[in-house]
Amino acid sequence: MIKRRMLLLIILLFTLCCSMILSVSFGTKSIQIEDILGAFGIGDVTTFGSEVVRARIPRTVFGVLAGAALAVSGGMMQSITRNPIADPSILGVNSGASLFVVCGIAFLHVNNNITMIWLAFVGATLTAFCVYGLASIGYSGATPLKLALAGAAAGTALQSMVNTVMMPDTQVMNQFRFWQTGSIGGATWNDIYTMLPFLTVGFGLSLMLSPALNTLALGDDMAVSLGINVFAVRLLGTLAGVLLCSATTALAGPIGFVGLMVPHLIRAVLGPDVRWVLPLSALAGAGLLILADVLGRLFGRPGELEVGIVTAILGAPVFVAIVRKVKVSTL
Amino acid sequence: MRKGYFFRRRKYVIICIILCLLVTCLCLFEMSYGKTTYSIPYIFKVLGSSQAMEGDFTIRTLRFPRVLAGLLTGMAFGMAGNTFQKLLRNPLASPDIIGVTSGASVAAVFGILVLGISGTAVSLMAVISGFAVTCFIYMASGGSRHNGLHFNGGRLILIGIGVQAFLNAIISWMLLKTSEYNVAAALRWLSGNLNDVSMERIPILGFILAVAGTGILLLNRQLQVMQLGEEFSYSLGTKPETVRLLLMLCALFLTAFATAVSGPIASVAFLSGPIARRVTGDGRGNMMASAFTGAILVLLADIVGQYALPARYPVGVITGIMGAPYLLILLLRMNGKGVSES
Repeated sequence: MIKRRMLLLIILLFTLCCSMILSVSFGTKSIQIEDILGAFGIGDVTTFGSEVVRARIPRTVFGVLAGAALAVSGGMMQSITRNPIADPSILGVNSGASLFVVCGIAFLHVNNNITMIWLAFVGATLTAFCVYGLASIGYSGATPLKLALAGAAAGTALQSMVNTVMMPDTQVMNQFRFWQTGSIGGATWNDIYTMLPFLTVGFGLSLMLSPALNTLALGDDMAVSLGINVFAVRLLGTLAGVLLCSATTALAGPIGFVGLMVPHLIRAVLGPDVRWVLPLSALAGAGLLILADVLGRLFGRPGELEVGIVTAILGAPVFVAIVRKVKVSTL
Repeated sequence: MRKGYFFRRRKYVIICIILCLLVTCLCLFEMSYGKTTYSIPYIFKVLGSSQAMEGDFTIRTLRFPRVLAGLLTGMAFGMAGNTFQKLLRNPLASPDIIGVTSGASVAAVFGILVLGISGTAVSLMAVISGFAVTCFIYMASGGSRHNGLHFNGGRLILIGIGVQAFLNAIISWMLLKTSEYNVAAALRWLSGNLNDVSMERIPILGFILAVAGTGILLLNRQLQVMQLGEEFSYSLGTKPETVRLLLMLCALFLTAFATAVSGPIASVAFLSGPIARRVTGDGRGNMMASAFTGAILVLLADIVGQYALPARYPVGVITGIMGAPYLLILLLRMNGKGVSES
């Protein structure tokens, strides 16, 4: 098993490096290898090409962070809810964040990122807890079906409220539709610095909690008798998951399906040990998001296809496959 | 026992008549009230005569198609929603939640924004695409036997939700790419709107409503048998496969054509069935009652959206918000009882 883990780790690291290189070199203007070296201070540092590469670096870094955050967030939510289809986009978290962001744009005239993050964070947290709470009332707890329906229905209602705020005002509508499609194209270093503290807390909490999550997978009763404070683990875990996805959503807009598919793929290879699934999901999620971004640039020429669209195109078949698996609840 | 049956039946008929009267009142109100208010006899005079009269444009071109469209789409959505909810035995499984309406919207938005077409062609595309998406969802949820999966309502709902998330991403991408000028036209397809409905699309919807509605009413008895479970329906002489397919087709046609006229009016399909059930207090099919409830919801929301608020909102926004509190109650109640598992 340890050999397999190492192998997967190496493969994922390699893929991530390759996709990062692709990400800085592909685009509307193609780039020579000297330009890439130049951008990092080797050789001729003043060419036009190296400037282009330098402009693409924040986008790539942002993509790595966002992908890792989304994948870990999805993995956390799946472990905590013990529900295979838990994902920010399915739980209606994105629509909650949308509502708060659009209210911020319309009523408070927000245009700085740190306030947007906080708004999205509050919206996402409220929605996540409401949806999960609603779905878990009653007997048999939050089954995949109840959770998905609660999320979808809450999403419909929230979307109508977003429309109410947005429609009378063309300017708000215009600003918002750019936010609504997940994209990492406009990322700057400032965005990354803003996002970093949130992500650090989120990743840290996730790693700290992963042994406890392993125990939780045995069932609540077993976990309690093994000395785990189930309530605290759930609460902190949800907090970490929501923190990760809402920070990303606030800056990049809703990017769906990354959190859904990556942990499943990793689990399929490695088995369910959370301590390994989460870090490797982070690597794989980062690689996937960057690759999706590169693909979007390739296929969307002369413009580009937003990364949220590409992940949706890649993710929908995976989702259908997960649902079709007869035993979906083996978490 | 027989007496009780007749009593309940009579109660159902009376409630349906009351609902129908309510619908008529709302129609008449919406025809007469507005920036200039006309008396009801005068409206009939204008509609009946062939000469041009005062208020001719307002009544004939603006209000009449709008009211008719509201009435017909409301009935279509109400009936289709109730059928899906009964078929899948889940009060949340209406076409707007499991991806049928998104399937119609995505093609319509594509037609408007990318191909630059309008009118009947858009409607046709919406219908075909709604059909294709539903077929895909049905197939993917294991309609065939050879792969060892038998039909499962829960799986169909889950796949529908996944497909919807996918289609919504595509829609918001198309919205992003287009010029600001086109966005308003496309938004009609995303929230449901009765503004600028023209008369020529209404007869088709009326025809479909008549045909598919009759189909659903005829199959209602079999549907009630199927509510008892698959085994019972076999032993009572109903073929669940065939009935399910026919009912789904009818409901799909209703949804797709109604969406083609007004766009997906949020939550109407989802609210009508449960409200009708509450009003009639009866475990019957409730098809007529849900159709009338749907029409009431749409007309009422349209009146509220036009006149009662500071800005004018499309009808779908109002119904969507009406849906939110009801959704909470429904989820709470439903979870108390438990639902069919996936």
